[in-house]
Amino acid sequence: MKKIILLVLVVVPFTTLWAQGGSKALFKLPEANLQTMDGKPFNTKNLQNDGKPILLTFWATWCKPCMKEHDAINDLYDEWIEETGVKIYAISIDDTRSAKRVMPTVNGKGWEFDVLLDTNGDFKRLMNVNIPPHVFVLNGKKEVVWQHVGYLDGDEAKYIDVIRNVLAGKPVE
Amino acid sequence: MKSIIYFSIFLLCITGPFVALSQGITEGAKVTGNIQIDGQYYTENETLGITDSSLNYRKTGMNGFANLLYTNGNFSAGMRMESYLNPMLGFDSRYEGVGVPYWFARYKTGSFEMTAGHFYEQFGSGLVLRSWENWALGYDNNLYGFNTSFSPIDGITLKGLIGIQRYFWEPYEIGNRGIVKGFDADFDLNEIFEKMADCQTRIDIGGSFVSKYEKVPKVTYVVDSKYFIDSVEWNKQTVYELKLPNNVGSWAARVNISNGGLNFYSEYAEKSNDPNATNGQIYKKGTALYSSLAYSTKGLGVFLSTKWIDNMSFKSKITETGTPPMLDINYLPAISKEHQYSLAALYPYATQPNGEFGFQGQIDYKIRKGTTLGGKYGTSLTLNYSLAKSIKKDTVAISPITNSWVGTQGYKTNFLSIGDLKYYTDVNFLIDKKFSNKWKGTFGYFNQSYNKNVIEEGIYNENNMVKANIAVVDLTYRFTPSKSFRLETQGLWTKEDKGDWLSMLLEYNISPTWFFAISDEYNYGNPSDDLKIHYYNVAMGYTQNTTRFALRYGLQREGLLCVGGVCRYVPASTGLTLTITSTF
Repeated sequence: MKKIILLVLVVVPFTTLWAQGGSKALFKLPEANLQTMDGKPFNTKNLQNDGKPILLTFWATWCKPCMKEHDAINDLYDEWIEETGVKIYAISIDDTRSAKRVMPTVNGKGWEFDVLLDTNGDFKRLMNVNIPPHVFVLNGKKEVVWQHVGYLDGDEAKYIDVIRNVLAGKPVE
Repeated sequence: MKSIIYFSIFLLCITGPFVALSQGITEGAKVTGNIQIDGQYYTENETLGITDSSLNYRKTGMNGFANLLYTNGNFSAGMRMESYLNPMLGFDSRYEGVGVPYWFARYKTGSFEMTAGHFYEQFGSGLVLRSWENWALGYDNNLYGFNTSFSPIDGITLKGLIGIQRYFWEPYEIGNRGIVKGFDADFDLNEIFEKMADCQTRIDIGGSFVSKYEKVPKVTYVVDSKYFIDSVEWNKQTVYELKLPNNVGSWAARVNISNGGLNFYSEYAEKSNDPNATNGQIYKKGTALYSSLAYSTKGLGVFLSTKWIDNMSFKSKITETGTPPMLDINYLPAISKEHQYSLAALYPYATQPNGEFGFQGQIDYKIRKGTTLGGKYGTSLTLNYSLAKSIKKDTVAISPITNSWVGTQGYKTNFLSIGDLKYYTDVNFLIDKKFSNKWKGTFGYFNQSYNKNVIEEGIYNENNMVKANIAVVDLTYRFTPSKSFRLETQGLWTKEDKGDWLSMLLEYNISPTWFFAISDEYNYGNPSDDLKIHYYNVAMGYTQNTTRFALRYGLQREGLLCVGGVCRYVPASTGLTLTITSTF
């Protein structure tokens, strides 16, 4: 047991330090099998926006800040598309209990963006998402360039700033 | 344990050089991860009966994890280190310790994928197999073994797995839990058959088979019988052995049909005889049916779902029972809605695996912008109804050997029969309205009946039904684009249990970094004057992209924390809580 503790103590700071040093480094979107809202298989390699930025949000029907976030970005989505061509994919981590309620919720709310289901959290684990909401911004090459945890009213302004910077080739912050 | 050490060394060996090298050379090699630390400092509180001795003289609790994930092309490997030093209040004391309960290596070539180590998997909706984890709940039933998936042609996915399940920190030994084996096949008919490729209606069918092998304990019963020889009374003892099955099998079949905004899903499952601690060692087979129908079009969503389950607790250890639920092979979700407001979630429903009928219906409707009721921004309405009831059971005669239902079929039931005993009902209505650029609000009403005896005590009668009315008003005022106030007021009124509650929360947010909150939940209607308590809290948080610190001080009321129908009891506590979470 002691060996494991020691090992973890070595591994964690080692990789953390490295990751901090390279926090601006891009990483490619991992491949995971999701489902569309009507139950079709969908692999994350098929997330597409013709070389323009993509915004991924992890959410669940039981997550209040997620619902607020989606209402807020849905209000601005048309403007965002016009200005930047961004495409939004909302990844629902609802499990069997509520997964089939996702489609009526999304349509009932009138959200315009694409929604995919990650019913057993496989993609969530690959993206290191602890708790929703968790937002990722991807550049045109489908590399993650920025991420953000939680939602406070007004955070959507930050998202679009980051997307603008990605398009302009500037540092994201 | 040695294998973990070897694997960790292996991970270090492969990640080390990549870390040292530049990204260009490693071509996509990447280490990512996340960390969460929850720490609590407890103080005594006489009214709530929290003393040093009730805390076992543990002034603090700390739960933490760190995930590391290495990916390079088709190869990935990862591990999760966990520590509970000591476990926070409400977590099982058997979690105390530190270690690596989860590690894996995964390789993908073409349409074949293999995972060695620990893994999470779900077949269909999980009625026969689901391994998953939830940190807040302290739930983890990961499988340790091999998991493969293969797609011979487009539209067909085959999965096979074998493994043992996590049980706190206890290493596997013969007899301390079973071995789980599973196979699943999924057929997307529109992909497989060219003729159906352009068909508007999409049909997907699938089937699973899961079995458990376990070295079962020997259970015997001794029956005395008297007989006479030449008027002399003799006693004869006969030893009967309960034939516990070493192998328990279960299977499921499912279908998903969709056409535009219409979606129908149904899954039926059966389990062979499995006398276990949850069902009282009866030999009846288990049955489950879960179906859902959803229709939606822009601005309108309708959802109906129903489930019927009978004797479907399926664990990889025959004697395992109780809380926290461990060694579950399958997943039986509660059919009610998970509420976002604390008082609406004060009486949450938990699945009754020995038998229940459940129904849920929901309508989501958005009143369009520019109409009288819709206003400038539109108005969202949600109406939801859930019901859980018993199933009809006709008990059979008890066994003369065990003097109980142990060893018998237990009861008879007709498929899809509905009993008279109500477990839970919930009707709720929510309105989401944006009034202007600055003001928005949510208004909710909930009416719930909660059978406390059934859900919390496992006593099947209607003598302790809690009937509660709950109202919520949640207003947000954004006075600059990044600064906002939120005021949340909730009330719960009931004549039963702990009586009435009022709750208020005031939050001040500075996007995207700071939040400050004060809240009070006041149990003003508690039948005992001493327990009319203010559960006040002050909290603040700081977020910097993916790192978040949150600090809270105050009183935590006791309650059930439920996710997906699995619940954890959280005892009352007072003190300081610090949460740090970070993703890199």
